[in-house]
Amino acid sequence: MQVIGIIIIAIGSIFLFLGSLGVFRLPDVYNRLQAGTKCTTLGAFLTIVGVGITQPGWLPKTLVIALFILITNPISNHALGRASRKSGVPLCDRSVVDKANEFEEYKEKE
Amino acid sequence: MSNIVFLTIIAAGIVLCLLRMLKGPTAPDRAVAVDTVATITTALLVLLGSIFGRYVYLDVALVYAVLTFIGSVAIARFLEKGI
Repeated sequence: MQVIGIIIIAIGSIFLFLGSLGVFRLPDVYNRLQAGTKCTTLGAFLTIVGVGITQPGWLPKTLVIALFILITNPISNHALGRASRKSGVPLCDRSVVDKANEFEEYKEKE
Repeated sequence: MSNIVFLTIIAAGIVLCLLRMLKGPTAPDRAVAVDTVATITTALLVLLGSIFGRYVYLDVALVYAVLTFIGSVAIARFLEKGI
């Protein structure tokens, strides 16, 4: 059980580092949001569940924390993305399509 | 011993996010970086509890996750339409 837990913690910490690298490197706030949401959610889930596997008495509470992160992290990042689109942050130069322009409430303000 | 290595990897990630928070051109950039740091810190607190052998750190991590969720939603609402 110890070895399985340590392997899961290793995968999770690597995912956390890659998510942070994406937040640092990507050109645009929307790309950064994508890297910072998906990698971080999976990495935190794997790290916390791995700690629960290495120490079996802690498993219920670690599962509660992991499920809470799994539910609330996409919600808060979705709210941040919607807020940045509505407050008029521009897309990067290499963007190809912007579907949000078709809706009335997301129109670019002149 | 292997937990120290994971701790170092995660701390390097937090440093990268903090650099983006210092650099970011607009306010939503900084908000995204801070939210990423908050999620990483929750995982880091659980790992620290495993290293030190203290069960109390799990309570700290749970309360921290709840408070950062409320804070991120409040910042998003402020960026969207003001107070």
